[in-house]
Amino acid sequence: MKMREKTHELPFHVVKRDTMPFWKSMTIRIVAVVAALLLCSVLSVFMINANPFEFIETMIDGVLGSSRRLWKFAKDASILLCIALAVTPAFRMRFWNIGAEGQTLIGALASVGVAYYLGDHVPNGPLLILMFVASILAGAIWGCVPAIFKAKWNTNETLFTLMMNYVASGLVAYFLLLWTPSGSSVLGALSVGHLPVIGHEYLLLIVAVLVLTAIVYIYLHYTKQGYEISVVGESENTARYIGIGVGKVIIRTMIVSGAICGLAGFLIVGALDHSVTTTTVGGMGFTAIMVSWLAKFNPLVMIGTSAFITFMQQGSAQITTRFNIDSAFPDIVVGIVLFFIIGCEFFISYSLKFRESKKKGEKE
Amino acid sequence: MNPFLDYILTSIPLGMTFLYGCTGEILTEKAGHLNLGIPGIMCIGGACGCFALKLMNGTNIPPALIVIISILCAFIGGILMGAVYSFLTVTLKANQNVTGLAMTTFGVGTTKFIMNGMAGNGGTIYLYALDYFRFPFAESTNSLKYNGVMVYLALIIALVASFVLTRTRVGLHLRAVGENPATADAVGINVTMYKYVATCIGSGIAALGGLFYIMDYAGSYEAYKSIEALGWLAVALVIFTLWKPHISIVGSILFGMLYLAGSRIPTLLKIQLDISATPLLQMLPYVVTIIVLIVTSVSKKRENQPPAGLGLPYFREER
Repeated sequence: MKMREKTHELPFHVVKRDTMPFWKSMTIRIVAVVAALLLCSVLSVFMINANPFEFIETMIDGVLGSSRRLWKFAKDASILLCIALAVTPAFRMRFWNIGAEGQTLIGALASVGVAYYLGDHVPNGPLLILMFVASILAGAIWGCVPAIFKAKWNTNETLFTLMMNYVASGLVAYFLLLWTPSGSSVLGALSVGHLPVIGHEYLLLIVAVLVLTAIVYIYLHYTKQGYEISVVGESENTARYIGIGVGKVIIRTMIVSGAICGLAGFLIVGALDHSVTTTTVGGMGFTAIMVSWLAKFNPLVMIGTSAFITFMQQGSAQITTRFNIDSAFPDIVVGIVLFFIIGCEFFISYSLKFRESKKKGEKE
Repeated sequence: MNPFLDYILTSIPLGMTFLYGCTGEILTEKAGHLNLGIPGIMCIGGACGCFALKLMNGTNIPPALIVIISILCAFIGGILMGAVYSFLTVTLKANQNVTGLAMTTFGVGTTKFIMNGMAGNGGTIYLYALDYFRFPFAESTNSLKYNGVMVYLALIIALVASFVLTRTRVGLHLRAVGENPATADAVGINVTMYKYVATCIGSGIAALGGLFYIMDYAGSYEAYKSIEALGWLAVALVIFTLWKPHISIVGSILFGMLYLAGSRIPTLLKIQLDISATPLLQMLPYVVTIIVLIVTSVSKKRENQPPAGLGLPYFREER
């Protein structure tokens, strides 16, 4: 009894929830997002003197305001979605691949390299196929190197993949110097290796990513390999017990992961930039991790989450131009929204049980 | 001055940027939390320190106090970021990797916003007045001038951290929390408090690295742009030094030398390298980290392994 008097008791304790109905968990998330946006708009009142309604209105206008903005939104969301799809298989087996940035960049570099060296000798059709293969191979290699060491010696994959990002960006810097004899490191848009334009400039890209989403969904949910990934993610011991070669699954999954990243690089080069710089991916490799995590690693939900994050970025970018403030503002908004969503997950997986009065507790 | 000595004298202060980040991250990781927000926190530290300097611009506060106040401001900025991180990961048990990456996005963005905001209305003036920071060697005209107050502060903090971790009861408890929080809890150690305090102080120390880099080493307002990349290296350095702050002193200087190798080695060896080789030399610290990562995991020595509870949220009722 004496000990009990000494210890300080909170008026509630934390209990793990079973599962929560989908609508309920969505409501919690939406409340979190609304709260985050309220905080951002209150901040904006102090920083830029805009009232909160103006804030939200400008955000919506920045995305839906014109058909050009809408297309840009769809394009950015698809690229983000593509990279998020790439990291997902690895995350489902709890392999923290934060090297999507580098894997995409190396894919883009491979594409540009093929187009640079073979552009004059090969017609556009086969050239595109070669670029496609080169990107996927490069991404797969970049992804599978950390996986081999993880599988063999349990090397920390988070930092390994992170370091690979900088190696990739160093290689890009190296080749840019090699390809631009003037030493300017700015490679102009290549005249070859463009993906064909169907309908709208960005339509092919968007359709390709949506098809990829369906493929990844089916791969993860309806194939034996997808099942193996889930088992390894839940428990490596169980996986070993039922005869799954854990190392093999890790390496194979990272090859898939890296290959999709490489594909994203190919799409960026073939359909959008036609060139490469060290900032081609521009942090999307990290944002994609949030997209994938927010969707609970479900590819179909990721369409929504990537659209949401892109909406935040593009909407707050509109605020920066309209109110003439610094272009870093979108990062702050996305950061705050992420904090709220990350925090609200607690209320989805745990619940607070308030203690009954002390007397009742002692009777029991 | 001898070019080799000059090379080392410039590498030491650059290394101190890593050392701040690394010492901070070691404390955090010893409590079982992999804080990937360190780059963002270092940025914030730089921004807070510079903001304080701008406020003190033109007032007649004595120089010594100006240095102390701006260092304190950077420290407090880091602690605030650390508090957000620990609230999310300790109390709300959120995923540490995701939280850390969000911290970095937020920190880098906020810093850019603050720094550009200050530059917009004459804030840059103060960002060049560095004499106070380079205290003993302020008059010096060679590389020695970079070795100012904050270099010694970094060394002292690393040594103190090493002492606390290995020689005191508090350090023992902290390591216990990082290795196995459930056992530590059973012995009566306040796990939540240790995690909070270690993460917050660690973030505060890391934040000093940002201030040091902007105000002392680089001495330019533009410098905040490269802190993020340096911050990731600081995180890598933790592995390189096997979670030991006293080793990280040597490690950080080595990383500083590797980081500068691209621009220094050719002149030092008097060889003419093609300009395209520079990016390859700049990859060195990252490649070396990868190699160390592999070697430590292959050797599997027990004392060289990361804290066993690293990255896992602790929930008392979960068995």
